[in-house]
Amino acid sequence: MVKDIAEELKSRFSEMGLDVPLEDIKSKLDELINKFRVPVDEAKRSVVSQYLKESNIPRSKFYGEDASLVKVGDISSEGRWVSLKAKVVQLWPSESDSIAQAGLIGDETGAIKFVNWAKSARPLVEEGKSYIFKNVVTDSWQGRFQVNFNKNTDIQEIEEDIEVGSSVEDVTGAIVDIQSGSGLIKRCESCNRVLIKGSCGEHGKVEGKYDLRVKAVIDDGKIVRDAILNREITEKLTGITLDMAKKMAEEALDPSKVIDTITEQLMGSYFNVKGPRVGRYILVETMEKVAPISDEEIQGTIAMAEGL
Amino acid sequence: MLEREVAKRVFAQEYRESNLTFKESDDQYSPLYLLTPTGAKCNRVFITGTLTEKEDIGATAEHWRARVADPTGVFTIYAGQYQPEAAQMLSAIELPQFVAVVGKTNTYDTGEGIITSIRPESIQVIDAETRDRWILETAKHTLERIATLGSDDPDAIKAREHYSPDLERYKQMVLQALKSIGKGQVPEEETEEDKAEKVGFEVMDLSKA
Ligand SMILES: [Zn+2]
Repeated sequence: MVKDIAEELKSRFSEMGLDVPLEDIKSKLDELINKFRVPVDEAKRSVVSQYLKESNIPRSKFYGEDASLVKVGDISSEGRWVSLKAKVVQLWPSESDSIAQAGLIGDETGAIKFVNWAKSARPLVEEGKSYIFKNVVTDSWQGRFQVNFNKNTDIQEIEEDIEVGSSVEDVTGAIVDIQSGSGLIKRCESCNRVLIKGSCGEHGKVEGKYDLRVKAVIDDGKIVRDAILNREITEKLTGITLDMAKKMAEEALDPSKVIDTITEQLMGSYFNVKGPRVGRYILVETMEKVAPISDEEIQGTIAMAEGL
Repeated sequence: MLEREVAKRVFAQEYRESNLTFKESDDQYSPLYLLTPTGAKCNRVFITGTLTEKEDIGATAEHWRARVADPTGVFTIYAGQYQPEAAQMLSAIELPQFVAVVGKTNTYDTGEGIITSIRPESIQVIDAETRDRWILETAKHTLERIATLGSDDPDAIKAREHYSPDLERYKQMVLQALKSIGKGQVPEEETEEDKAEKVGFEVMDLSKA
């Protein structure tokens, strides 16, 4: 009987690409069933889970089903296999060779960071598109949850446009810094990483393609956040399009002309920014200059002072 | 990584009257704070006002001293070789003009008292609307501190014990600032000619002073 079960398991394992010696399976089963007197089904389950754990395969995959579909907002522990139906909110420039792609995906309950490790070689996703992400693993990093793709992750694009909600932060404050890496930047054509001195961390010296972004620090006197503005938001806010920025840099013979112009426009002024928050970052979706103060606001504050 | 320090909002009068500095740990990288009489714990500040004076006081290298006035008093700004961007800005800027300054608190003990100043990280020309928004915001933050100065917040306790502040005076300071931007104080939109004339006039005036 042990031999039959062992053969059955071996063939299931090999279907999953796992090569396990039959003798190993047999001896484990034999020990559980004949020595410890564990029921056969429990013994089978125990052996299966040992091998799955070792090779990082989700139990659900072995049993021919996918990890259950959950909402982003329900993710509250690490090391869980889950599936998500979510939209790619933002892709981040990858700053490490071990990461093929990272960014933020979200559904109506919020947004969460995802990491597509280079070693698992999952297909890349596109910003603004919605997908079903089957069999991702939850993890936490610096106190925040994230999901990691792995070689069992299955990504399918869907027609539905998922509405991303609620973990959005809303800050009104002054821009107190424009950080380096803002303005006209170049990214690698093949992996989207930001080039440093014309060089990609993965692909070395490359031609690169231009992009526009701003990393601004917004401070309301009580909290401080790094606001990341992508090209679209930067163009809308500053009125400087990517083409204008390229021209500006060419004419000035200096790419920093663009960051200087943006700094002049934003520094020291008050803005309202809204967007999902990840750690101390806000991935800006809308950014508007705050309207001039009204006489009502002044009178209200005068009344507050007099009432003290 | 160290958390970035929030830029506190304090009026010039209160900033000038501050003289208590402390660190929260013995670590050499631990930030130095200036505690104000209403209990604002400042390492970084964000201030706005009118740039009224600037002077290169450096003996060998450029070292700029500038004055920025808000409705309650004047901030002193020093920018030397360690504040190259701010120093460059100060050398180029025309005055008077509304500016926003982000910077670190700085104090100097004369032996007879503490002089406060700001080491700017950045100086930027701003419009009158931004200046007004800062006054309103700083008024609110100051009122909030006045309202909670009696609490058991550690900064409030420290401020109470060190300064025994006359809160009525700081309340009047806030009211004075607010009234300076009240109705009738907001100027009509100016034409370019008006602006040029006004700047010329004020510069002339200053040279007489
Ligand atoms: Zn690359």
